[in-house]
Amino acid sequence: MNNVYIIGAGIHPFGRTEGRSGRDQGVFAVRQAMEDAGIAWEDVGCAYGGSAAAGSADIMVNELGLTGLPFINVSNGCATGGSALASARFAVAAGEYDVALAVGFDKHPRGAFNADPKSYGLPEWYGETGMMLTTQFFALKIQRYMQLHGISRETLGKVAEKAFRNGEKTDHAWRRSQIDLETIMNAPMVNDPLTKYMFCSPAEGGVALILASEKKVKELGISDAVKISSIAVRTRPPGSFEVFSPSVDVEGGGKPTILASKAAFEMAGIGPEDVDVAQLQDTESGAEIMHMAENGFCKDGEQEQWFAEGRTELNGSLPVNTDGGCLACGEPIGASGLRQVYENTVQLRGRGGERQVPNDPKVAYSHVYGAPGLSGVAILER
Amino acid sequence: MSETLAPIAENLWTQETEPTLLGGQLPDGKIIFPYPEGDAAENVTPYALSRKGTLWSWTRQDFKPKEPYTGPEVFEPYLIGYVELPGETIVETRIVGASLDDLKLGMSMEFVVTPFNDTQSTYAFRPEESS
Repeated sequence: MNNVYIIGAGIHPFGRTEGRSGRDQGVFAVRQAMEDAGIAWEDVGCAYGGSAAAGSADIMVNELGLTGLPFINVSNGCATGGSALASARFAVAAGEYDVALAVGFDKHPRGAFNADPKSYGLPEWYGETGMMLTTQFFALKIQRYMQLHGISRETLGKVAEKAFRNGEKTDHAWRRSQIDLETIMNAPMVNDPLTKYMFCSPAEGGVALILASEKKVKELGISDAVKISSIAVRTRPPGSFEVFSPSVDVEGGGKPTILASKAAFEMAGIGPEDVDVAQLQDTESGAEIMHMAENGFCKDGEQEQWFAEGRTELNGSLPVNTDGGCLACGEPIGASGLRQVYENTVQLRGRGGERQVPNDPKVAYSHVYGAPGLSGVAILER
Repeated sequence: MSETLAPIAENLWTQETEPTLLGGQLPDGKIIFPYPEGDAAENVTPYALSRKGTLWSWTRQDFKPKEPYTGPEVFEPYLIGYVELPGETIVETRIVGASLDDLKLGMSMEFVVTPFNDTQSTYAFRPEESS
């Protein structure tokens, strides 16, 4: 397969934008990405995109232009952005197109997501009795993990504190002011042990990435293109503990993140020790902690020490969630995974401004996780 | 009390003096919960799950869930968790007869049918009474 590069990245600020639809936020991001790449809509050979709750992406041609390009709608829940990116990459890698677009956007109502049991193949009583909430799953997973691996409540607080500290420095973030550890720890509990500042909120936003072949990169004379070394999307293996599980296998099992991470590292021909900056799914504080280990960056339980030493801060040995992650940006489902790749592109090009990691990053890693148990990992190299 | 309330769903637990959750056994011996509906039930043998197990994880629901939740109008935080039924499966459940501070990993739990709202009952586990 041919090498594929990101040559343009655009983002509509995350958070709440009254009066602008989710799709229009996507269009905003596409225009910014094209400007960044120095190309016109006529240059885009094919497009993949979607949202979870803000409609189809292909209607964007009304605003962007009726060039006749194939525009594939992606509807893959939390993996919508990641699947759009993977598909756009395949199209270019296969040599079918020289320029492809991946776009994700969303606009969710306020408050926690509520899921329909039927659409997940689950009985009605599971929703009626109040056990089908994503927030509970994350609390249940980290509660057990803390007991088994000695993670303290204070470390959960430190994850959120870091997120808001980074968010303050990020122009596309939603939460842009610092919140001190004490306030985070003493905030109202959502699902023990997680307080309200330890959870991300459903939000709005849009992200677009322009992908190009090596030939096109040379033709355009682009010097700061970022290579996509690997992308791996994996669904859950037997026995894994996932969101919306009325029962879990006593035998235990693998995890979709472990599978996706291993596959992505293998494809890229590198290991966790080679990564300079990482964006890890932080639906809540505990997720970032557990995903550090599931993605192979540390062993279970070592996170306690990592946070005590500030190793995942912007100036640490492995900066994690440099734009404040989901905690500071909120979670527009269709756009969230692409935001991580956008942020890695920014970091690798050295355009992070106040939040730029100082270690001259060459390898960047992103990981998205969502219902009903799937993970997507993308590794970028400069 | 619970006797006058209708179970929140049919065939979720058995109707006996000592009821148990109704799971299913797959042809390869693996045990699942709940017993599946529709075509997914093909080749699945009904399996009465154990009434006793150990606490696997827990949390408290501190805000009122949106639809399709049908709990009492006046919201009271409630405990939920997973209980491991040894050699069978790990079931998600309400937890009653305990407060958050009482809960410890691996503690012994037992099955109970409990009031859910004004008209319905649901299943739960509670810390096992030490005899």
